[in-house]
Amino acid sequence: MQIEQRMEKKKVIELKDVQYAYGNNVVLSDITFSIEKGDFLGLIGPNGSGKTTLLKLILGLYPLKAGSIKLFGTDIASFREWAMIGYVPQKATNIDAIFPSTVKEVVAMGLLSRKSFPKIIGSADDGKITKALKTVGMERFGDKRIGELSGGQQQRIFIARALISEPDILFLDEPTTGVDQTTQESFYQLLGELNREGITIVLVSHDIGRITKYVTKVASLNTVLEFYGNHKEFCAYDPEHCHEESEQHRLCLDRG
Amino acid sequence: MIEILSYGFMQKAFVTGIVTATACSLLGVFLVLRRYALMGDGLAHISFGGVALGILFNFMPYTSALLFSILGALGILKLKEKTLVHSDTAIAIISYTSLGIGIFIASIAGGFNVDLLSYLFGSILAIQTSEVAVSVALALIVIAVISLFYHDLFYMAFDEESAKTSGIKTGMLNSLLVVLTAITVVSAMRVVGLLLASALIVLPAASALQYNTSFKKTLLISAATSVFSVVTGLVLAYYYDYAVSGTIILLNAGLFLVALVVNKVRAR
Repeated sequence: MQIEQRMEKKKVIELKDVQYAYGNNVVLSDITFSIEKGDFLGLIGPNGSGKTTLLKLILGLYPLKAGSIKLFGTDIASFREWAMIGYVPQKATNIDAIFPSTVKEVVAMGLLSRKSFPKIIGSADDGKITKALKTVGMERFGDKRIGELSGGQQQRIFIARALISEPDILFLDEPTTGVDQTTQESFYQLLGELNREGITIVLVSHDIGRITKYVTKVASLNTVLEFYGNHKEFCAYDPEHCHEESEQHRLCLDRG
Repeated sequence: MIEILSYGFMQKAFVTGIVTATACSLLGVFLVLRRYALMGDGLAHISFGGVALGILFNFMPYTSALLFSILGALGILKLKEKTLVHSDTAIAIISYTSLGIGIFIASIAGGFNVDLLSYLFGSILAIQTSEVAVSVALALIVIAVISLFYHDLFYMAFDEESAKTSGIKTGMLNSLLVVLTAITVVSAMRVVGLLLASALIVLPAASALQYNTSFKKTLLISAATSVFSVVTGLVLAYYYDYAVSGTIILLNAGLFLVALVVNKVRAR
């Protein structure tokens, strides 16, 4: 019964025979798998395994040279429904410490995918900004400059920016790099809550041991797709990096 | 002060100076944050070739300068995208080529060096009504386009990849940004001259960024800094017979030092 229900789940991302190379250096080869609505997928692998490249191909940031990628059934080249997508980039590559911007201004950027030209963000949007900040527990920081916040706080602000457009799927690229362990725990718990509210999550990380505790599915990359399956299957495949079933995983199984 | 405003040439200078300074300072914030600070300098060199051509064939140098500047700006982008040339090298290649064209034309034509110098160093107090109209129109176009694309330009300046995943056409916006820079440089060439047009773009923005505030306030501070320096520069030049362009830029440099000190004091 459980299997049948899973078969009926809507595929939100479909990858087929995806390949990518930087010059002669092949970084991705024959990647085929799909992500279903409601999944919390950990896209894992060692440094240089092609995780970030695959994420950028899925987001249309790199041109696809071979294979096919579909977002919500639409080929990536003609996909335009960007409001359905939330993206939280790697912290280290994102922030210019002197960039003159308040937290509210950063979160408001996320509204642009739902605006048409000429894009205007006014007082009518204040409620949405406050709500997004509350979701990530940062409502008191709206008027602070983004550069004044700690790494963990900045990542929460980027999640708020991604959430404000009410996306169906949230992509996070190594979001906890350089963030202390306590902050990481509360960060992953926040992602778990968002997933339980119905947002599909794709989390890219090289920290295999840590994130398998939280995710419901795992895709392990190392140029090729070495493993793809649910938490239980991953435990059988790689017991060393398997954690006990998390609350998140149990809830997912309960939902079928 | 009222006496100054009673003169037609000063009225023209104030109007042109204030509108152009506003356009330069707003655009400057985006360029400095995108690490394109010297794009204006390169495009000013490129415009020089256009000005020389305009003077040689006896048509309004604004037209040829604008044509050279816009084509040069797009050429720099293409050179960077399609070849193994870094952006600063691309700016150097195209701007020096155009500068060479300008000097070559000036040397073979002869006789218009004085005209050429007025474009190099600026001559806002001698600006003609038709030039006021062109300069102000160009600057207003720049201000209008920045206002229309404000949010997208802001997001792209902050984080280009994320902006792209929000459906923002970053390739088009990058082209728009360099074309706006080309237009801005030409609008400022009679105010402070081609040699210093880039300073009017970079210095007010650099000053405003020292105040560590919101993006909107940064734009306002940049514009206020720029307009203050132009107005004060014109007044000082009128009373003390200083060179206008040099005075404006020195005032901007002074305001940058003030901003540095204010930032240091606040940080303590």
